Amino acid sequence: MFPTDLNEHELPRQLQRLLTRTGSTAAGDTPTGMGALPRRSFLKLTGGSGLALGAFPLLAGASASATAADAPAAGAVNATAPALKPTQQPSAFVHIARDGIVTVTINRLEFGQGVHTALPLILAEELDADWRLVRAEHGSSDPAYVDPMFGIHLTGGSSSIKHSFTQYRELGARARAMLLAAAAQRWNVDVASLRTRAGQVLGPAGQHAGYGELAEAAAALPVPAQVALKNPKDFRLIGQATPRLDAKAKSSGQQSFGVDMRLPGQLTAVVARPPVFGGRVARLDDQAARAVKGVKAVLRVPLDRGAEGVAVIADGYWPAKQARDLLQVQWDTANVAKLDSGQQLAQYRELAAKTGAVHFDADMAPLAGAAKVIEAEYRFPYLAHAAMEPLNCTVQLTEQGAELWAGMQGPGLDAMAAAAVLGLKPEQVQAHVQMAGGGFGRRFSIGSDFVVEACHIAKAAKAAGLAVPIRTMWSREDDMAGGYYRPMHLHRARIGLDAQGRVLAWDHVIVGQSIMAGSPFEAFQVKKGVDGTAVEGMREPYALPMRLSVHHPKQNVPVLWWRSVGSTHTAYVMETLVDEVARAAKQDPVAWRLAQFGDKHPRHRDALKLAVEKSGYGQRKLPAGQAWGVAVHESFQTVVAYVVEASVQQGRPVLHKVTAGVHCNLAVNPRTIEAQIQGAAMMGLSTCLPGAAITFKDGVVQQHNFGDYPVARITDAPQFAVHIVPSADAPTGIGEPGLPPLAPAFANALAQLTGQRLRELPFSLA
Amino acid sequence: MTSLNVNGKEHALDVDPGTPVLWALRDALGMTGTKFGCGAALCGACTVHVDGQAVRSCVTPVAAVQGQKVRTIEAVTDGSDRVGAAVHAAWVKHDVAQCGYCQSGQIMSATAFLKSLPRGKQPTPAQIDAAMAGNICRCGTYARIRAAVADAARSLA
Repeated sequence: MFPTDLNEHELPRQLQRLLTRTGSTAAGDTPTGMGALPRRSFLKLTGGSGLALGAFPLLAGASASATAADAPAAGAVNATAPALKPTQQPSAFVHIARDGIVTVTINRLEFGQGVHTALPLILAEELDADWRLVRAEHGSSDPAYVDPMFGIHLTGGSSSIKHSFTQYRELGARARAMLLAAAAQRWNVDVASLRTRAGQVLGPAGQHAGYGELAEAAAALPVPAQVALKNPKDFRLIGQATPRLDAKAKSSGQQSFGVDMRLPGQLTAVVARPPVFGGRVARLDDQAARAVKGVKAVLRVPLDRGAEGVAVIADGYWPAKQARDLLQVQWDTANVAKLDSGQQLAQYRELAAKTGAVHFDADMAPLAGAAKVIEAEYRFPYLAHAAMEPLNCTVQLTEQGAELWAGMQGPGLDAMAAAAVLGLKPEQVQAHVQMAGGGFGRRFSIGSDFVVEACHIAKAAKAAGLAVPIRTMWSREDDMAGGYYRPMHLHRARIGLDAQGRVLAWDHVIVGQSIMAGSPFEAFQVKKGVDGTAVEGMREPYALPMRLSVHHPKQNVPVLWWRSVGSTHTAYVMETLVDEVARAAKQDPVAWRLAQFGDKHPRHRDALKLAVEKSGYGQRKLPAGQAWGVAVHESFQTVVAYVVEASVQQGRPVLHKVTAGVHCNLAVNPRTIEAQIQGAAMMGLSTCLPGAAITFKDGVVQQHNFGDYPVARITDAPQFAVHIVPSADAPTGIGEPGLPPLAPAFANALAQLTGQRLRELPFSLA
Repeated sequence: MTSLNVNGKEHALDVDPGTPVLWALRDALGMTGTKFGCGAALCGACTVHVDGQAVRSCVTPVAAVQGQKVRTIEAVTDGSDRVGAAVHAAWVKHDVAQCGYCQSGQIMSATAFLKSLPRGKQPTPAQIDAAMAGNICRCGTYARIRAAVADAARSLA
């Protein structure tokens, strides 16, 4: 969902520029105090150190300004503790109650991927906690909860475990060291004589005390800067298949999500947005809308990308939605470009005929003398994220500032963008991260579109005399037509082979909108005219003489990262083409790949070998009418190989079984890894389903709901067998890497059955 | 005033009779366990039981369930319902949920389905798929949903 090679020092400065721009153009506001991203935690760190006790140490909204002034720079207070960053302070992450309940704050958004269990598990491992007593809570936009590598709040790029594994281990180890020190004082013994076991400190003379009994004394002790971590062979939680901490709440309707926010006096807003991105209100007749019972106000509000819309505020979603649908709005779309998907395809084809900005090069001369040339054009549509919980954001304007509640992948930037709109300092805005019903990248948009919109509405409502919390909700249709799609792409490949099927030269052109252009990440992600997110996953790990060039046309359609980003299309192109190349060389596609990997790419090799071995590929015969398909792809530093079994029934592609080989280094929670592979594969399968495309006519999105934008259902689901390559190396991510290889593995199987190479997603069988 | 019988309790609601049961539950009664996914009976996230039948509450007006009994996820999984308790237990045992947003609806569909089977009759995999086909899970938890429904059915035998 996010690039992985950002510089944590440069990034905040770039973001600052963007936000200053946003603030100065949005509704003519002049944001005050936009000097810098807040780098200081405003959590009430217990004297700058210690385990949090009693009230959980989140900053109360009412005391924002006072605390901001009073808060010590992290580590500056306790002379014995060297400068620990807020991200290293146990008090911001661990709360141990007197009854022994350990509450761990997660610095990411839980939206299905399992960090709400994995991060506490990692911390509990080093804390030596009793897992039965461990709970999890979401964090906020406080700087303690930034990604320790990126330096900004971010859930994306399958980076949560990769970036916070050591951080959460150290947090647990620091807390444990403080509990040990407290016990040593209580029993007047040498700390070296103490042990811990499952939430208890054990003394040399049979003494024992629960963590809950020691927590208060421990909180008063210095936070150790240096802590020893366990030898991984002593892990008793990490590596175990562990049930999710939220499983019960999510199986009983008890789990609260952003959309479930209910604050005293809260009203609900539903917005009429222009049919074309960037359109504005020319004329409004709201008479019928205002007559709907429960409607409190109808307000014209600034929207994303210079657009204008109409917000209906009512005492619930239903009256707001009814009234919104009764608005008579004449839209002004004269000055905005209106995309047509057919014309776009023609434009992209024309571009693809020419070499674009070169990403990497090779000698293309041998193409002229090739014994055989594979010519291929691939097409990938815009895709909506279509998370089950439609977008929403609740905003409360207070005397001191503002509070936000939403499922946010980037609450720090969201809070800053909100501050710019509301004319507040960044530290006057608190963004409270809420459990989200999916997201897949959509809950972290460049410019914080849905958060900013909700802030504009709350501000307009307050100006209209409605100084109450406002929950802005999107209908499914609003969510689907709201943009920020995976960009449409077209690839063109010309592959020259010699008589033995060896690749002599591979000329490859990609056409698609840049996700990063115009964003604060452009400086890092767009190099020599090539957006890194458009080409990630190309060529590697194969040794191929490839020239890859890129065109990034601009379109009036907001685009965004979408689970596995560039690999959603590059893996498909690469893995279907190398399959074709292998067949052209009369080689088995598994053998061809393994020969390519050799010993240079051992993780690819091991993942593929494991999937092949467990699937029975080459060992057993499939029922008549079925065929094998194989693909392997690395994304976000995790390699996933699929061996699939597929058939065509009544002209419809059917996926029967998926056997996965996964290399994500150390498997923190194998139960979550299995779930993420299954889920990502299903989302990959969704991209194959007929109709799974966002298209445009006269600038208007043609899809509205799950009826015309299908996603995979249980009847589409194959059998799964997920296998993990054993490894002790530092863990890599698992939220996205299961998606890319599914569609190409399926297509490769179908090609064996039909002879047709499918060069378009969704599938279209001849 | 419109009346709505939810989980055995009669409520008098000041809502338009055309209001879908979903919004009467969520906004008027504050019962947020039933989820909004599509508003068009396409995803199943809002599934409730009306006189024991699985119904999409997002397209069912309050006026259409007068004199009928609505049951929601809150009551079906509170331990008082034998089949609901078995489904809830199977969902937890199999760790079905990922984001969890659709799971209230999944559990309501699964519970209505198992209640519709003759006592002791085990569903076939095809029957389970057919019964659950109206419920979308964008996280793709279907493999575990299948296992949990089958397991719940076995535990009820």
